[in-house]
Amino acid sequence: MNLVIVDYKAGNVQSVRFALERLGVQATLSSDFETIKAADKVIFPGVGEASSAMAQLKARNLDKLLPTLEQPFFGVCLGMQLLCRHSEEGDTDLLGIIPLEVERFRTELKVPHMGWNQLENMASPLFQSIQEQEYVYYVHSYYVPLSEYTIARTAYAEPFSAALQYKNFYAAQFHPEKSSAAGAQILKNFLAL
Amino acid sequence: MLTKRIIPCLDIKNGRCVKGVQFESIRDAGDPVELAKWYARQGADELVFLDITATNEERKTFAALVRDIARHIDIPFTVGGGIGAVADVEVLLQNGADKVSINSAAIRNPGLVEELAKHFGSQCVTVAIDTRYTAATGWKVYARAGTVETAHATVDWARQVADLGAGEILLTSMNNDGTKAGFALDITGGIARAVSIPVIASGGAGTMQHFTDAFQQANADAALAASLFHFRELEIPDLKIYLKEQGIAVRI
Repeated sequence: MNLVIVDYKAGNVQSVRFALERLGVQATLSSDFETIKAADKVIFPGVGEASSAMAQLKARNLDKLLPTLEQPFFGVCLGMQLLCRHSEEGDTDLLGIIPLEVERFRTELKVPHMGWNQLENMASPLFQSIQEQEYVYYVHSYYVPLSEYTIARTAYAEPFSAALQYKNFYAAQFHPEKSSAAGAQILKNFLAL
Repeated sequence: MLTKRIIPCLDIKNGRCVKGVQFESIRDAGDPVELAKWYARQGADELVFLDITATNEERKTFAALVRDIARHIDIPFTVGGGIGAVADVEVLLQNGADKVSINSAAIRNPGLVEELAKHFGSQCVTVAIDTRYTAATGWKVYARAGTVETAHATVDWARQVADLGAGEILLTSMNNDGTKAGFALDITGGIARAVSIPVIASGGAGTMQHFTDAFQQANADAALAASLFHFRELEIPDLKIYLKEQGIAVRI
């Protein structure tokens, strides 16, 4: 399988690459238009801040390319948020692939939401063999509210989108690459889509 | 429900675990990767690796070790020790660390916290605070591995680094460290109330009840211990079952 991880200097690319290696899959790191377009599947990691990540994508013209992709695509953490329309973080316009807004947690609870929390109401082949209430690792201060594109939820103060799907674009707010055996299974499920 | 985190801390010198003891299931307990994998299997929620080597030359081996750890373990880990600049952090994150922990460098230059948060995001910036209480001074922040008293009152310093963009505070009470008499509940609780970012309690763990106290009384988000786990005086699976029975949310 020709698997490409989008490398745009705003991602935890090594962690994702190593997680795939542990599944016996070698991925290519690339920010090149043609390489990404030719991939069988694309993984889009991201950590950090939304506006600087968007700037990195624009500098590589990826803001134009990514929305045109038709193969299975998996956005992780900030990579999920960037697929949406707009983020409160830095009042940033995002890729606009999924018509949703990214909001900041407004809660008395600690922000960032950091640590292991549970998946609920999973409704996607992405979660094949994953038990209800399974723990996955989160670290984020912004979130996507529940919507018609939500395919799993997690509660922190209130339920939010743990994962999204819109056409070929799948996305997870948590870090499958850091979520022990459950995370590995979710990556495996993506590879099997 | 978001769970409370249990975090073993491994001290690393010249690429090897200090205080590494022999576990029958591990071929080489001095090998940080082997020990890390074992802790991950035991149910540790995160790991902290602290580089206590002295020279820059030795530090280069640490980056290679970070890469090796990232390759082999599937839970988050934080690395710290001797980080002084954005470039140091970049190397560690590029090699696969999830978070970095800075301590003396933040005291020397608080602007570094802000700079790191801007460059890499708050989520990967842990500020470690070593603190000591004396009747004369109250709780004060200490720099340079706890050897130099600073002018910072601990709660004020915690607030300051949180405002600068730290994503988490790792609080070690020097009064409690090594005593096995329990975590410093008053200062841990004081900081947990003062800041809106997560707080890791460190120093003094000796019994399972101490972890309950850190979570329930001091409202810590995570608790860290080193030799208690390394010498297997307390096993993580037993600890987590105990905490669950106490009504504390843990990942089992």
